[in-house]
Amino acid sequence: MITKRIVPCLDIRDGKVVKGVNFEGIRDVADPVEMAKFYNISGADELVFYDITASFEGRQLFTEILESVAAQIFIPLTVGGGINTLEDFDRVLKCGADKVSVNSGAIKDPTLIEKGAKRYGDQCVVLSMDVKRVDGSFHIFSKGGREDTGMDALEWAREGVERGAGEIVVNSMDTDGVRGGFDLELLDAVAAKVNVPIVASGGAGKMEDFAELFRHDGMDAGLAASIFHFKEVSIKDLKEYLSAEGINMRI
Amino acid sequence: MIAVIDYGVGNLYSLTSSLRYVGADVKVTSEAQDLKDADKIFLPGVGAFEDAIKKLRATGLVETIDEEVKKGKPLMGICLGMQLLFEKSYEYGEWDGLGYIKGEVVSMQGRIGDDLKIPQIGWNALDIVKDDPLVKYIGSGDHVYFVHGYYASNCEESTVATTEYGVTVPAIVRSGNVCGTQFHPEKSGSVGLSILKAFSEA
Repeated sequence: MITKRIVPCLDIRDGKVVKGVNFEGIRDVADPVEMAKFYNISGADELVFYDITASFEGRQLFTEILESVAAQIFIPLTVGGGINTLEDFDRVLKCGADKVSVNSGAIKDPTLIEKGAKRYGDQCVVLSMDVKRVDGSFHIFSKGGREDTGMDALEWAREGVERGAGEIVVNSMDTDGVRGGFDLELLDAVAAKVNVPIVASGGAGKMEDFAELFRHDGMDAGLAASIFHFKEVSIKDLKEYLSAEGINMRI
Repeated sequence: MIAVIDYGVGNLYSLTSSLRYVGADVKVTSEAQDLKDADKIFLPGVGAFEDAIKKLRATGLVETIDEEVKKGKPLMGICLGMQLLFEKSYEYGEWDGLGYIKGEVVSMQGRIGDDLKIPQIGWNALDIVKDDPLVKYIGSGDHVYFVHGYYASNCEESTVATTEYGVTVPAIVRSGNVCGTQFHPEKSGSVGLSILKAFSEA
């Protein structure tokens, strides 16, 4: 049977890995290539790179980092951040990315999802969404979580899959950085709407949080950054723990 | 030298990087002469069968591949490249493949449980059913990375390893000097690199 996936996420700005708490107070952690190597050896099932640089120079640096990672690490790589056109897909796929994650670019132009899916296949297009509760419903936020679009998250998930997204990353801004566990209420609501793999993001603080996540139907992967970056949880220990809990893992 | 056939399907960065990583001398090419000069030939591929087989035929290389395969040169296909090695595919129609391995490619739709997502995307375990040079460094239970919605069927005699996804999926196949993997060895960590190393050494 197919295994559940543990996915460390590396936010990259100006060539460095960063991680914010509730998207603010970003600080440097380490060199992305070294960190990717470390995670690969630790048993990460996939790596996600988000380019959070705005400048052209920063983007070029990001592409170079990606190439360097893809030449040395042979596990699936998902790349996001600043993906607004098919040319952006092309740019990161040529550097060794396997999947391209769209977020604000798809909110601006939803046809970006179907264009990407048509050219590169559904499996290549990941719809990443930043979600926050507003007045009792789930809203989609754009621009790295800074802007409330007013869009309903569950409806956007459904539409994204209909347009060809092969996977959905659900990042809960309410639980992100809090380390009190994944946002299972939100995740269950998304899982009830779509039939593609769901990658849960935001809120993992301890190993038990992942076990709880994978006991919910439709959850394929758990994504986290800071708890792995700061070595509070080792991926190797986590996977052994989950396996002992009866969850199918690649050990 | 291993010739990696470039016929405009997918990008070859990870594949060439992984082959170089295990010490192979790699040349990405769409020239017939390179295929003749090569010790081994690699047929990559992602996307849809129809598009891929048409693009491959449009390169004019199929005749050369046929000749080299007849001479006994090792040929390895991965993912869609593996599916192209079979006689036929039923992906959105009915298409002739290269016919080096007996069997045909069929959809998972209707053949696996409704609870399983199509395509299969992720890490799944191998069950090695036959000894083969490709699996000399790996064992049953090792995980490899799959991305596919179609799979090879009616090819029991050429099946080296399988995986379970609602149905028994041929994961590694071989007929004589022609072999292939349904999964992506270039994305399957150390297990995948071991398979590529075995192919490059054999």
